[in-house]
Amino acid sequence: MMSQSLVMGPALPEILLAVLALAMLMLGVFRKGDTTALVGWIAVAGFAVAGVMTLMGSGHDTELAFGGQFINDGFARFTKVLVLLGTIMTTIMALSWMKREGEGRFEFPVLIILATVGMMMMISANSLMSLYMGLELQSLALYVIAAFQRDNLRSTEAGLKYFVLGSLASGLLLYGMSLVYGFAGTVSFDGLAEIANAGEVSTGVLVGIIFMVAGMAFKVSAVPFHMWTPDVYEGAPTPVTAFFATAPKIAALALFCRVMMGPFEAYAPQWQQVIVLISILSMVLGAFAAINQTNIKRMMAYSSIGHVGYALIGIAVGTTAGIQGVLIYLAIYLFMNVGAFTIILAMRQKGRAVENINDLAGLSKTNPLMAAAMTIFMFSMAGVPPLAGFYGKFFIFMSAMDAGLITLGVIGVLSSVVSAFYYIRLIKVMYFDDVVEPLDRLSGATQKAMLAISFVVILLFFLVPAPVVDGALAAAESLTGGTSALASSH
Amino acid sequence: MMYAAIVFLPLLGALIAGFGRHALGDKGSQWVTCTGLGIAALLSWYGFFEVAVVGNPTTVTLFTWVASGDLQFDWALKIDTLTAVMLIVVTTISFMVHIYSVGYMHHDPSVPRFMAYLSLFTFTMLMLVTADNLVQMFFGWEGVGLASYLLIGFWHEKPSANAAAIKAFVVNRVGDFGFSLGIFGVFVVFGTVGLDTIFAAAPQYADYMVTFFGVEWHAMTILCVLLFIGAMGKSAQLGLHTWLPDAMEGPTPVSALIHAATMVTAGVFMVARLSPLFVLSDTAMAIVTIVGASTAFFAATIGCVQNDIKRVIAYSTCSQLGYMFFALGVGAFGTGVFHLMTHAFFKALLFLGAGSVIHAMSDEQDMRRMGGIWKMVPWTYGFMWIGSWALMGLPPFSGYFSKDMILEVAFAADTGVGHYAFWLGIAAAAMTAFYSTRLILMTFHGKPRANEHVMGHVHESPWIMLAPLVVLALGAMIAGGVGAELFIGEGREHFWGEAVKDMAVTEHAHHVPGWVKLLPLVVTAAGIFLGWVFYSAKPKWPVRLAEAQPGIYTFLLNKWYFDELYDRIFIKPAFALGRAFWRGGDGALIDGIGPDGVASLTRSIAARFGRMQSGFLYHYAFAMIIGVAGIVTWFMVTSAGH
Repeated sequence: MMSQSLVMGPALPEILLAVLALAMLMLGVFRKGDTTALVGWIAVAGFAVAGVMTLMGSGHDTELAFGGQFINDGFARFTKVLVLLGTIMTTIMALSWMKREGEGRFEFPVLIILATVGMMMMISANSLMSLYMGLELQSLALYVIAAFQRDNLRSTEAGLKYFVLGSLASGLLLYGMSLVYGFAGTVSFDGLAEIANAGEVSTGVLVGIIFMVAGMAFKVSAVPFHMWTPDVYEGAPTPVTAFFATAPKIAALALFCRVMMGPFEAYAPQWQQVIVLISILSMVLGAFAAINQTNIKRMMAYSSIGHVGYALIGIAVGTTAGIQGVLIYLAIYLFMNVGAFTIILAMRQKGRAVENINDLAGLSKTNPLMAAAMTIFMFSMAGVPPLAGFYGKFFIFMSAMDAGLITLGVIGVLSSVVSAFYYIRLIKVMYFDDVVEPLDRLSGATQKAMLAISFVVILLFFLVPAPVVDGALAAAESLTGGTSALASSH
Repeated sequence: MMYAAIVFLPLLGALIAGFGRHALGDKGSQWVTCTGLGIAALLSWYGFFEVAVVGNPTTVTLFTWVASGDLQFDWALKIDTLTAVMLIVVTTISFMVHIYSVGYMHHDPSVPRFMAYLSLFTFTMLMLVTADNLVQMFFGWEGVGLASYLLIGFWHEKPSANAAAIKAFVVNRVGDFGFSLGIFGVFVVFGTVGLDTIFAAAPQYADYMVTFFGVEWHAMTILCVLLFIGAMGKSAQLGLHTWLPDAMEGPTPVSALIHAATMVTAGVFMVARLSPLFVLSDTAMAIVTIVGASTAFFAATIGCVQNDIKRVIAYSTCSQLGYMFFALGVGAFGTGVFHLMTHAFFKALLFLGAGSVIHAMSDEQDMRRMGGIWKMVPWTYGFMWIGSWALMGLPPFSGYFSKDMILEVAFAADTGVGHYAFWLGIAAAAMTAFYSTRLILMTFHGKPRANEHVMGHVHESPWIMLAPLVVLALGAMIAGGVGAELFIGEGREHFWGEAVKDMAVTEHAHHVPGWVKLLPLVVTAAGIFLGWVFYSAKPKWPVRLAEAQPGIYTFLLNKWYFDELYDRIFIKPAFALGRAFWRGGDGALIDGIGPDGVASLTRSIAARFGRMQSGFLYHYAFAMIIGVAGIVTWFMVTSAGH
């Protein structure tokens, strides 16, 4: 145990954001007129400051806070920066969307801040208690955001479904945690790791782990706990979908990594097969089910299920290289999704938002730059070299091959072939189909900037991959201690 | 540097004319390509004196091409006497044909493309003859094949031209397959593809045996036969000759350059170039002799009954190539190359003359619709006679020196195959005289058989077409007399140097009995006389003869039924096999199980997944509960062993 005095320093960014959320709530309530833009931009600034603080924080040390419940290490810093980047970009998207739709409410940025605090807590969780607290803070905010367009039937339906199923998942998670606590006698990750390393494998703990895996699989929308994803992605307002697809996914996968590689690392031989199974199911379902979709947001939902399947390969591998692969994948995935959703947000005909794939028909003729950008994003998602998406898959598959998980790697490659179909179909629609009704021109400097940033990152990643690849390696080493989980347990 | 210029000037011309065709226009492209060839031709003549007369062979290495393990070779120009002879033949005739084409093709809409192709052909042919290793030779070999394909199919809107181009390419592929196997074999045996190294090592391998399919084979025989199969394809020898007559679909200057003077002699050149290998295998030499002699005879028989003026000359080319091969086969490499050189001049002259006739007759090629025009095209008429005399081998025209020498070396070889070649050669000489006379008489004499409209337009060709004919006619008249001393006479050893292995047979040939020297002249005279009787004095006789012997006549008219035979043996089964593979193998099996099957499976899986997404909350919750229960159960079962 740490000293009795309350150490809070490592959690400063989280504390800042939590206070900011309350302050913004006051600002919104007491200031007259529409304060959405003001609150929104202050929130963005807050995220940026939190990001800088996280980066500058404490060099390369691992620090504990709140009596060991909270950990701030290289892994947490890397994923928090990704989460904050995703939050910043999707918040900016949402702000311009709300301005255009006249749906501005200052609660939205406040909820985003709260969700972000939750995500950062999840990432830094070092005990089952803080894990659950972060997860629920994030989830509750997300349920509300999903139903944010409260006069829209689809949006409220999405929020409700997400809430009910999310509660079920929380129940599973809690049940698993109680089993683990019951059989191991501690909630602290360090304590759990100690017990696990002692060598005794308790069936009760293992069953508890599986229930916890189910709960976390729901958050990352892995099969068979994915069913909410297509409905929520389609029903929620598009900027919310963009947010769901990026920051919470990254945070949940980071939590997944931390739980599996932290307290339960020694049980890797046991849980590996479970992760392999849900990874395969996710990849296959993500690849096949997207084929028949006509709604582009629904298609992106299945696409994200597939991407989570690939990322789970890295966790299943359970080595430093595997975790490094997951982190690289998440970084690239973030930019691909921001880019793609910027374009989906820009899909408007005569001022009315549309979201069918066929609405993109002939985009190459009416708006060649937009079509070119979307082509790059789609090719990248399909994993076509030399675009960034290829490297994401490459590191993951390589780690699987090196760890001898050949079947997993082969299934991954095959399902990415199948998924290439629907990505490339989008390109075909844009380039070879006739224009039915042209889309409106891209408007707004922020949208253009966002598109340009993600375009450049995806297109030119292969020129300077080092910051991401090296950063991910350092982060992965801080989580795994530089050793291979499987190797140490054999 | 000079030699590199000879080889690359035509390429430069081709590139400029080809890619700049819109900027340059017709005139520009003609100037560019003709200038390039003109300079190359002048340099070639200088090079010829430098190398062959002064005796200064050299090898110019340009740069390394491949260096991969044991396989190492350069781009290099090997300039010895053999190459020098080929250089002057190729560049001179190509230059003449370029100039001639300016006049002949002036009404064609794609002049720049034509000129570019001609220059491209010349470049690849020069690459072939200057090769210092087998791979570079193969590059040139395939390059001329490509150029030939492009030029035969130059009028690509004509289906027959396309078919002929494809046929030429495919038949040549058969030969090329042999050639490439030969190159592989050479590399296996010698461990190199560089010519100089191979020749230096060759004598050690004279009795080298290889085991293949459990049988011991004489290595040199295998290699030489494979290489000779390549030569047979390119030089249209019996069995692989069927593409050459069809290649006459191309414009006439092309026939003159590629299908008479240069490309078709590549096979002869190759065998002469590789003479140090061929002399090590008596079997291979015998095969070369037999194939050559048979071709000489066979093609001559067909030439006697063809009615298309260009096809007659094409079969005559085939026949003359046969002469060259059996000269090589009996070991008189210098003699074969000598005939190659003289033949290039008079055959190009004949083709360009025929082109002039065709030009005059409004693109008519059938001799049955010509006749009676000799007074209207006096120059062409004269040139055709000169070419024919040279072809028949009448003194003092150039064909006399080379062709008679070939017959003499065949006799002097004094072997079974030598005598076979000699007597078939004599018979072919008689037929050559006959069909040449027939060609002249049918084309220029007798009553006009064309309609009045065509006859009204008959005119002598412009000077730009006649000037090249003058040069070629000079060549046809004096090349033999001037060259005889160098190529086959007393000076031959100094002249050839190390370039070809000339065996003693050339010396023996100068001491054959007098009747052997006289016989060709006698049968030629007889052939001319018979031609005159049939097509001038008694024009009814050939008709009656054809009626009396319908079997032989149709057999010859249908070219010994080679095309029909190949159609039955190779083409029909190949098409049937292709269709079977396409419909059954590819369509039903591979597409059915492969792409189509996978695609429809994918679609049905996708639809099933789609149905799972019902939209009902309790379905989703059920899936989650079942999922976690299933995973726990599976986990307990599988990890029971742990």
